[in-house]
Amino acid sequence: MTPLLQVDGLTVVPRAAPERCLVSDVSFTLQPGKTTCVVGESGSGKSLTALAVMGLLSRQLQRTQGSIRFQGQELTTLDAEAMRRIRGRSIGMIFQEPMTSLNPVLTIGHQIGEPLSVHLGLRGRALQARVAGLLQQVGIPPERANSYPDELSGGQRQRVMIAMSIACEPAMLIADEPTTALDVTVQAQILRLLDELKTRMNMGMLFITHDFGVVADIADDVVVMFRGEVVEYGSVDQVLNRPQHPYTKALLACVPDADGKKPLLPIDYAWLEQQPATTAASPQHSMSEPA
Amino acid sequence: MMTSPILTARNLVKTYTQRSGKFGLGSHSFRALDEVSISLSAGSTLAVVGESGSGKSTLARCLLQLLPLDSGEVLFEGRNLATLSSAALRQERRNLQMVFQDPFASLNPRMKIGEIVAEGLLIHGMGNADERRERVLQMLKRVGLQEADMQKYPHQFSGGQRQRIGIARALVLQPKVVVCDEPVSALDVSIQAQILLLLKDLQQEMALSYVFISHDLRVVRHIADEVVVMHQGKVVEQGAVEAIYAAPQHAYTQNLLNSIPGRRAAAA
Ligand SMILES: Nc1ncnc2c1ncn2[C@@H]1O[C@H](COP(=O)(O)OP(=O)(O)O)[C@@H](O)[C@H]1O
Ligand SMILES: Nc1ncnc2c1ncn2[C@@H]1O[C@H](COP(=O)(O)OP(=O)(O)O)[C@@H](O)[C@H]1O
Ligand SMILES: [Mg+2]
Ligand SMILES: [Mg+2]
Repeated sequence: MTPLLQVDGLTVVPRAAPERCLVSDVSFTLQPGKTTCVVGESGSGKSLTALAVMGLLSRQLQRTQGSIRFQGQELTTLDAEAMRRIRGRSIGMIFQEPMTSLNPVLTIGHQIGEPLSVHLGLRGRALQARVAGLLQQVGIPPERANSYPDELSGGQRQRVMIAMSIACEPAMLIADEPTTALDVTVQAQILRLLDELKTRMNMGMLFITHDFGVVADIADDVVVMFRGEVVEYGSVDQVLNRPQHPYTKALLACVPDADGKKPLLPIDYAWLEQQPATTAASPQHSMSEPA
Repeated sequence: MMTSPILTARNLVKTYTQRSGKFGLGSHSFRALDEVSISLSAGSTLAVVGESGSGKSTLARCLLQLLPLDSGEVLFEGRNLATLSSAALRQERRNLQMVFQDPFASLNPRMKIGEIVAEGLLIHGMGNADERRERVLQMLKRVGLQEADMQKYPHQFSGGQRQRIGIARALVLQPKVVVCDEPVSALDVSIQAQILLLLKDLQQEMALSYVFISHDLRVVRHIADEVVVMHQGKVVEQGAVEAIYAAPQHAYTQNLLNSIPGRRAAAA
């Protein structure tokens, strides 16, 4: 089966300092209907990886190497217009801060409807019906379509973002820390919602987080990043329960468990530097697993 | 580990007036703290958990008399802080210190670290210049910073280091009670683990009592002896942390605990 997304050897550098790799030789695969989590500490290159996949790197940055294939199609050679079409239509995106990504002077109904009219050409009643359906799907009463973003809670705004990102029923959703700013109970609802949508629409999810608890809840496969590199890549069970790389082990030892049984062990970076770098598992791994 | 309470709050009420209406012309008042009572045992850690807006930071500031209460009282070692003279209250403030979530916002960007940590000693007239310098140096070393750092400014430090500075500033006065408002919420887990262990060690060494405010129930499980669950300005449940995590009584607490990420997988 063709993977939904195949990233191979992705490398991102600042144009001003091309010797400094911010993302270095990153490879992983995502299958339809599955979730791959990218996890790591802040600055490890998670967001840049996501932005590179979407072709949204800022001008100061440059992808110097690597192939990004989406449904078998190479994205890195597409022109800006073709890329824009794919982004709105086949790849949905959600970011951490729902307030900064929503336009405060437009109703949420209008904003959810925009990708539907741009990409699917929907108008009038058909459009309204679709918007109402989407709001319902994300658990917001359809009559709230006429509300403005600041009339909604943080959790509701994030649901609006999700409604916008899945409006065109994308084959893949890229979510960069979509629940980090939310309360835990709201986070739990949003994660359940995303999981449900993924299953119902057979959507693949590239989910970025720094929270191993979230990883445990939603991931099929896990990519662990450290200083721009993938240090470990495997199934969620393998990475969380049988980590191979010293960094993954050290990072997991820092995470407090909900039962308070495990002692916390901070990372000894000096020790870590001396460990032989175990190579990351190959991207073949998750392809060999039954999808 | 039940000892006498060092800090007790009884029936705290705090109302805020908020603007309302489309143009903010109307106003209404609401209770950010609604008859909140807590009790901190000497040498222990009392966690205050709850979602954003539940009143945790308001409670922190009311406990330290940084915000006026509408009603209720705060007793430190049995004395009602509201009835102390301003001179006596200033004296007690030395014993009641605070560590903030965002150490950057709470550190004066134009002051050197040595000055920031020494400020409290100066205000409380503790020691001469040499003694103060020595105490600041020892405290900075204890939290993992170096002598040369005294000459640097806040922006020259990482988030974790800034939290160490915030801790040094609070602890250099050798307080008895430290109120920590989300002290590790902005930090990566690796840094968070370092700071949590540091706080635990310092508690032992300096016989500190902590009020530890957090929205992260995994962190709370790790650090607290007792826990207070707040919801919309009210305490809905309180007790020993093991008991509450094992058998939460209130529906809100149950929902909160069931929402902890990774719990489902851990239980499986
Ligand atoms: N425009 C840029 N120019 C130079 N460095 C950048 C730029 N954007 C991000 N970086 C750096 O790249 C690294 C990875 O960033 P990012 O992918 O945002 O990390 P994460 O999402 O894992 O926290 C960080 O060290 C960050 O400072
Ligand atoms: N200075 C203020 N004026 C008006 N309302 C406030 C003020 N400070 C906090 N609030 C409100 O009081 C409630 C409790 O806030 P806070 O104590 O900061 O909660 P928490 O720390 O649990 O997130 C919130 O609804 C908040 O919006
Ligand atoms: Mg990021
Ligand atoms: Mg707060």
